[in-house]
Amino acid sequence: MSAAAPAAAERPILRERGQREVFCGLTGIVWLHRKMPDAFFLVVGSRTCAHLLQSAAGVMIFAEPRFATAIIEERDLAGMADLDEELDRTVSRLLERRPEIATLFLVGSCPSEVIKLDLARAAVRLGSTRPQVRFLAYSGSGIETTFTEGEDACLAAMVPVLPQAAPDAASLVIVGALPDIVEDQFARLFAEIGIDNVAFLPGRSVRDLPPVGPGTRYLLAQPFLGTTAQALEERGAVRIPAPFPFGAEGTAAWAGAAAAAFGIEELALRRAIAPARERAKRALERYRPALAGKTVFFMPDSQLEVPLARFLASELGMVPIEIGTPFLHRAHLAEELALLPAAVTVSEGQDVERQLDRVRAARPDLTVCGLGLANPLEAEGLATKWSIELVFSPIHGFEQAGDLAELFARPLRRRDVLRV
Amino acid sequence: MQLAVWTYEGPPHVGAMRVATSMRGVHYVLHAPQGDTYADLLFTMIERRRQRPPVTYTTFQARDLGTDTAALFRDAVISAYDRFKPELMLVGSSCTAELIQDDPGGLAEAIGLPIPVVALELPSYQRKEHWGAAETFLAIVKKMCGRLQPATERKPGPPRANILGPTALGFRHRDDLAEITALLGRLGITINVTAPLGASPADIARLPDADFNIVLYPETGDDAARWLEKKFGQPTIRTVPLGVNATSAFVAEVAALAGVDASGVLADRDSNMPWWSRSVDSTYLTGKRVFVFGDATHAIAAARVARDELGFEVAGLGCYNREFAREMRAAAELYGVEPLITDDHLAVEERITELQPELVLGTQMERHIAKRLGIPCAVISSPAHVQDFPARHSPQMGFEGANVLFDDWVHPLAMGLEEHLLAMFRDDFEFHDDVGASHLGPTAFAPQREDPPAPDGRWTKEAEAELRKIPFFVRGKARRNTEAFALAEGRSSIDLATLYDAKAHHGR
Ligand code: SF4
Ligand code: SF4
Repeated sequence: MSAAAPAAAERPILRERGQREVFCGLTGIVWLHRKMPDAFFLVVGSRTCAHLLQSAAGVMIFAEPRFATAIIEERDLAGMADLDEELDRTVSRLLERRPEIATLFLVGSCPSEVIKLDLARAAVRLGSTRPQVRFLAYSGSGIETTFTEGEDACLAAMVPVLPQAAPDAASLVIVGALPDIVEDQFARLFAEIGIDNVAFLPGRSVRDLPPVGPGTRYLLAQPFLGTTAQALEERGAVRIPAPFPFGAEGTAAWAGAAAAAFGIEELALRRAIAPARERAKRALERYRPALAGKTVFFMPDSQLEVPLARFLASELGMVPIEIGTPFLHRAHLAEELALLPAAVTVSEGQDVERQLDRVRAARPDLTVCGLGLANPLEAEGLATKWSIELVFSPIHGFEQAGDLAELFARPLRRRDVLRV
Repeated sequence: MQLAVWTYEGPPHVGAMRVATSMRGVHYVLHAPQGDTYADLLFTMIERRRQRPPVTYTTFQARDLGTDTAALFRDAVISAYDRFKPELMLVGSSCTAELIQDDPGGLAEAIGLPIPVVALELPSYQRKEHWGAAETFLAIVKKMCGRLQPATERKPGPPRANILGPTALGFRHRDDLAEITALLGRLGITINVTAPLGASPADIARLPDADFNIVLYPETGDDAARWLEKKFGQPTIRTVPLGVNATSAFVAEVAALAGVDASGVLADRDSNMPWWSRSVDSTYLTGKRVFVFGDATHAIAAARVARDELGFEVAGLGCYNREFAREMRAAAELYGVEPLITDDHLAVEERITELQPELVLGTQMERHIAKRLGIPCAVISSPAHVQDFPARHSPQMGFEGANVLFDDWVHPLAMGLEEHLLAMFRDDFEFHDDVGASHLGPTAFAPQREDPPAPDGRWTKEAEAELRKIPFFVRGKARRNTEAFALAEGRSSIDLATLYDAKAHHGR
């Protein structure tokens, strides 16, 4: 955390345009459907969309998952009236098979956007004849969203249906899908700090959603939630600016920002978080020798790149070379950008070939990248960490600090132990 | 509109990618949004390819629509050419680009690249992956051989054959090729060109030099074979050498066509399978009811091998590719079963549930269905997954392939039997998990376990509840570590803090 780090505003950003090697927002369904077991996600798209979901989810199916694709076919493209009817028929068929569905997300895709199929209107239409099901719509299309922005679009679609909070009710809402175990840790952490009225968006159930209103302060748990934040602001909620809860210091600063916003004494805060923070520090100490001084290159993927690079640099002594991100939300990342080392390049957008040239020239000790690039880079002798694991695994908070470090340390350790 | 949870085939442009990735010197510029780049991982992760597929995606965004998506495509073609210097360029649209109608073919043509450019028309809303692969391969063959004339005189040398159909991501194509190439070698036949897998555009232009074509994978290779047949009069071998009998028939056919003597190869078939199947240990396989599903070629062949070479009873048969419905119907008639021709895996699941077979031979999709229903299963066809690309040589075709089929199909059954016994006797005092293996004698007890699986009384309610949130496969370890830690620290009760202190202490 060098004092010489330039403020976010003056840090030069390398902007690139070219081929982007990033999933689209549909991918978020893979973790959202697990987080919200009473919701179902119906993508209205093409065979490609279905194939993407299946490839991103792997074939780890032991039960029918809570998502599906309504595949648009040639005859559907003939006329719009037809398409509405087809969608209604498909939804009816789905609800017959799965009568337990209480909330159904209609998820837009590139094809549905391009043919201007209005899924928000379809949601209203479908809801009017099926009052037992709540229909919500958002777009996870690749022409509008990258990877994690699908979660942003999904949560933003939920904001208008959040109950209205009493005007004077002060509450804290943690925003961003977190694994249940992390959600529970955070709930306990804030209780200990002395903030009682804490809720999560999304929580474990779409049935009981957190109320929101002018008394609501919200704290982002993920850096990719720009649209959701905007929707919350429209309902009167106010954001608590903070770095993101990765590592001992990141989590301390994150929780600390909330404590300050709720007028908790500094001393009380310190006392409340001390044991967990110490534990996190101890867990990280173990990884320092393996990671300190090692260079790391982030290919753009989940928008977690900036906070994770900050964590690796300031808490483990790693040296980021380039931090690529598909989109840089300057306001939400202001605290993070200020904490980054001065020498690192931050790049937004992508021209994958040119970026790979830079990777090859820099030969970083570790490259964080998507699944399409990992094995080819390994074959060139470069160690990689698949970024998708960073959105599928519990990595937030004090208790996961060590696990997060482990994710980066393991590929390096593996290279050390292999003798083939 | 079709409701799909899982699909057997990707869109047709994924088929085109399979062909492009198979070949050398080919680059594919695909007009597509960024999310479509997921397809790269099929090759780099599932097949563990060391290189990215040779594909450039234009990754147009909403803000480009209606303004300059065509220019974006043009630029992508030019920079892909400059960077990769391919010998042949494929251009085309994914499902989304098809809707915006930028005409990639026309745009690429206008650039005037100094190499052949093949414009692919792959209707995404009608067709699927295998069709896309077959069409792409055919288009490349036409491009490279369309202007050639049939030779007036045969080039001298031993009989020459082309092998058509193998592609990247194909189920065991790599190993089948090695097997069949060796087999043809024993017959004295030279391989002229194998395509698309491993071929360059220049190799494709040499296809007409062969005396005949061998189609190993009709799904991807037969369209090209039919065109070559017409244009150059090359005869085609269509017998797919899956199983001992089909391999023998294949050898005989090839030998007859090439005018070589097959008696040596047929006399020494070099396969254990027939004897393994006849040995008494296999008696219990007799009449096992098997359900077969996959691509038509593999499914039809598997049904034949199951009945004739393993003595199973074919209880159900089907395929997901409608293009081969006729062949499938004819095959199903042989076994007196109703063919199931569908790409709806729920319909397949329904049929399997209804038939309650003793073995399922299918794709990864059926493997999951069978697992859920507790039925043994072996994978015989794509769609395949990472474990279907084994490190070892493991062909399906040829005489060695027949050995592999025996092993792969019979082992799950044996394991199924074992599992049955384990489930049945799990609670028996002499057969529970803690007892040593029986072949080590009655005194071979397993080491005493420290604790019963449930946490003991030292745990607080909260800590216990927290423990249960940990995935089951690491839960036991977490419990043991925490308890060991509590003991070492002299803590008498295990609360949440102890749990996490222990977690921090032990790391991973
Ligand atoms: S781990 Fe990978 S290969 Fe194994 S079942 Fe899951 S998705 Fe398939
Ligand atoms: S990028 Fe568009 S077309 Fe491709 S999978 Fe995503 S939503 Fe579907």
